[in-house]
Amino acid sequence: MSNLLNVSLSPHAHGQETTRKLMTGVIIALLPALFTSIFYFGYGAVIVTVTSVLSCLVFEYLIQRFIFRKPITITDGSALVTGLLLAFNLPSNIPVFIIIIGAFVSIAVAKMTFGGLGNNPFNPALVGRVFMLISFPVQMTSWPVPKGFATGYTDAITGATPLAIVKEGLKNGEPIQQLVSQIPTPAQMFLGNMGGSIGEVAAVALLIGFVYLLVKKIITWHIPVSVIGSVAIFTTILWLINPEKNMDPMFHLLAGGVLIGAIYMATDYVTSPMNAKTMIIYGCGIGILTVIIRVWGAYPEGVSFAILIMNSFVPLMNAYIKPKRFGEVVKNG
Amino acid sequence: MSSTVIITIVSLSLLAFLSSVILFFIARKFKVFEDPRIDEVQAVLPAANCGGCGFAGCRNFAEALVKAETFEGLNCPVGGATVMGDVAKILGKEAPVVDPKVAVLLCNGSPEFRPHTTKYNGVPDCRIAHSLYIGETDCSYGCLGYGDCERACTFDALHMDPVTGLPVITDEKCTSCGACVKACPRNLIELRKKAKKDRKIYVACSNCDKGGPARRACKVACIACSKCVKVCEFDAIKIENNLAYIDALKCTFCRKCVTECPTGSILEINFPPRKQKVEAEAENATANP
Amino acid sequence: MPLLIHDIQYNTETELKTFSTGGVHPPENKLTANCPIQNLPLPQSAAIPVSQHIGAPANIIVNKGDSIKTGQIIAESKGFVSAFIHSSVSGKVNKIDTIIDTSGYRQTAVFIDVEGDEWVDTIDRSDEIVTDINLSSEEILKRCLNSGIVGMGGATFPSHVKLTVPAGKKCDVLIINGVECEPFLTSDHRLMLERGEEVLIGTTILMKALNVTRAMVGIENNKKDAVDHLTKLATGFKGITVHPLKVKYPQGAEKQLIKALINREVPSGRLPLDVNAVVHNVGTAFAVYEAVQKNKPLFERVVAVTGKSVAKPGNYLVRIGTPVSKLIDAAGGVPEDTGKIVSGGPMMGKALINIDVPVVKGTSGIILFPQIESERKAMEPCIRCSKCVLACPLSLEPFLLMTLSMKGMFERAEKEKITDCMECGSCSFECPASRPLVDYIRLGKSTVIKMARERVIKK
Repeated sequence: MSNLLNVSLSPHAHGQETTRKLMTGVIIALLPALFTSIFYFGYGAVIVTVTSVLSCLVFEYLIQRFIFRKPITITDGSALVTGLLLAFNLPSNIPVFIIIIGAFVSIAVAKMTFGGLGNNPFNPALVGRVFMLISFPVQMTSWPVPKGFATGYTDAITGATPLAIVKEGLKNGEPIQQLVSQIPTPAQMFLGNMGGSIGEVAAVALLIGFVYLLVKKIITWHIPVSVIGSVAIFTTILWLINPEKNMDPMFHLLAGGVLIGAIYMATDYVTSPMNAKTMIIYGCGIGILTVIIRVWGAYPEGVSFAILIMNSFVPLMNAYIKPKRFGEVVKNG
Repeated sequence: MSSTVIITIVSLSLLAFLSSVILFFIARKFKVFEDPRIDEVQAVLPAANCGGCGFAGCRNFAEALVKAETFEGLNCPVGGATVMGDVAKILGKEAPVVDPKVAVLLCNGSPEFRPHTTKYNGVPDCRIAHSLYIGETDCSYGCLGYGDCERACTFDALHMDPVTGLPVITDEKCTSCGACVKACPRNLIELRKKAKKDRKIYVACSNCDKGGPARRACKVACIACSKCVKVCEFDAIKIENNLAYIDALKCTFCRKCVTECPTGSILEINFPPRKQKVEAEAENATANP
Repeated sequence: MPLLIHDIQYNTETELKTFSTGGVHPPENKLTANCPIQNLPLPQSAAIPVSQHIGAPANIIVNKGDSIKTGQIIAESKGFVSAFIHSSVSGKVNKIDTIIDTSGYRQTAVFIDVEGDEWVDTIDRSDEIVTDINLSSEEILKRCLNSGIVGMGGATFPSHVKLTVPAGKKCDVLIINGVECEPFLTSDHRLMLERGEEVLIGTTILMKALNVTRAMVGIENNKKDAVDHLTKLATGFKGITVHPLKVKYPQGAEKQLIKALINREVPSGRLPLDVNAVVHNVGTAFAVYEAVQKNKPLFERVVAVTGKSVAKPGNYLVRIGTPVSKLIDAAGGVPEDTGKIVSGGPMMGKALINIDVPVVKGTSGIILFPQIESERKAMEPCIRCSKCVLACPLSLEPFLLMTLSMKGMFERAEKEKITDCMECGSCSFECPASRPLVDYIRLGKSTVIKMARERVIKK
């Protein structure tokens, strides 16, 4: 033995997980959704995804190299995941310059200004998406009709998403039965044959990814189940109260971004709570807010806003709702 | 201008005016009376908020100064005699005479003298390493070199030397606030009385082990041989716990102990170079053939 | 089919007991599980430290030049929480000097030049297993004190203190810790397999000392042969039951073991006696047997020498004070690629600074790690994945405790119960960002304890 012995504090063994492995796991879980997005929206989806991912990586590199002057960490996979998730929240016909602006907001404003990975209070992809929605409302609400590789890119034929159809229809006083005939069937929505952002349409792909994440222990069940559960319960209650004015819970779960939000956006490590009790409260809050915005709010889709609103409560919840300690001394009397 | 704009301007201006009137009265009603001298004293303090005076910031110290009867035990090491003199003038009291001090590291164990025997792989923080084991060398008293003192210094006076692994203190910037003294888990930094021309003579060692282990761990360790004590004519050196210590108040800088020390543990800083012994003998030889 | 004993439900079929929150699964690496215990030859010189236990270091009662016999007292217990130290070899005292030991600090030790192996004649050296227990409860305690018995699981808490039930508290169950949840370590495993009867007699002695009628031996299920062997032997003993436990680190931690076996949670800041339980390691039970039945003080123990690159890993019966280098030589010498040598297990053991450190009462194993496994990865920012919270067996929040300690927010750290932490290392093990959680939590703990002490003094 020629070298000096290494000395450090225990533990002297380490588990196999690294940040990069976790991010890679998330990327693998998103692959089914990526495939369905290309399947339905053709090369528009490819352009949007590639632009988003590249912009996020480039902005993170530039900021870390020239502004922070700290080691470059773009290979840890977090910017890639942000890029993918941002892309999955966009319509497939969105012009490149808007994507780049959105990526800039996601990385530079929502993540780097707070200090980089681990420090941001709001989900970066959602901040980017909401910024784009508010700044470019027209482009962000024109949804291509899925036609596979025949969809085209900016020249795609557009139509309304099921949520938009229902919202507009209810505002105009159309009865539910008439609206149901205008929107895809639950089976079609499950498989993803509908208008919407490229990642949110295919429920089946998202659920496959969910199973992968659970098996690989990348996320726990608490947040997705509480979001989906609270949306289901709340919409069931509304539907039972007034089936004429409210869609059934299956519609609410399959249309729009509830699944992608519950499984991939709300479970983002940095912005989600740190223990099980808090996670369930967080998930329920997201679900309830989503339904409120969908039913009574101005926008047809509320998941992004709901998640961002609950993100703002997370530090408070982390500070005050603690896990039940082992051997907690309960004061009597 | 349209009526909307006029109404907006008028209503907002009215609101602003009303708010300022309310705030004015509230400020008057809830004003806390403070001795105005506190503000005057605070203005002459250095505003470093370093805690060197022992108080939580300059304002806190200013309050203590105004309240105090005498300046006994109250001193701003950063501002020194000038600032204390200014404060004394404002408060009409006697400024104490306090000898200026400077921080000195009582260790000279660079890797050249004190070889590494292990490689520390944990958090590079002195408190953490000190609570784990004796350190990367065999001397359990010496400097660990991970820079807790450098991080504690707010005056940019202390920097770690990458070659020796020891902190280097810039005398001009050191205000003897004592932050580094508190930060070092091994109590290696001492605030010693500043001498003219920034000269220093001190035992650069804190090893309390017996001579054998101390010398085996570090070539320039103090082995408590007592030669320095014997040669000092001013009774300035004491040996306690196998370690020699030079009292800065009694030392006259005669430098006899420095040459007497067999391990080179005593350092003399900022002195002119000595004439070599051989040269001196040669001079004597030529003078007295 | 559930089996009800007292108020505890046992599932005698497939369900193994375990503790409720947290825990990790480090790779077991029990390379020496099938290696029988061998006697390590005596060293040429032994350095026996005077502080091998929690509490005050013992007072040396021998001088340079004295002739010493194996088993002779060389240092006396100082105060209640302290222990006697006995010589493990016979020969002459060379010097009383300092040596850097497994703690990483310089300690006073008695250095003995070994000559022959002459034991004190009060020790019964026969191989016969003595089953009758003739000492009273108080006499057992006194014998444990005088034989220098301390916790052999690694904690080295003086056993006579643990056996003293203070007024106002009572004990209704003795738990014997045969879990050995740390990877690589197998000394307890081999002890249970090869000296199982003595372990159970020792358990009965401890039951008598504590005045309890039931004892539960907990063994992790990766030692099925030990579980079966002791279960068979236990049928010949009154009140002792053997329980296999699910393999999960840190099952062998006192609080977790109590929770798994009798479903009681030791309150924060309290001791097992507050839930009427006392826990002792199997090695301690064995040492108690030898002390009470054979009048043999504690001066040797089983140590596993192991590691992936070690040529001949094995379990050795080693005299206290033997330099670790002798153990490693018996195992084939230090492998060329060694980067770190750990005394204890990989999760809570201490990294050694050299191989001249002596084996002490708490040395359960020596593990040699290759260079690639010896260096920590660089720290990355916390991604708030909460894996550390999930891993912590005490449901603490390690990421928060680390940040509070780094920022010097020690009052808040105290409120967050940083002092509950047992430094099991599960959080650091799991952290994907390789954050040095235990390092900072340890710093926070010592600062908070100092603060609390100063507060009491001020009052």
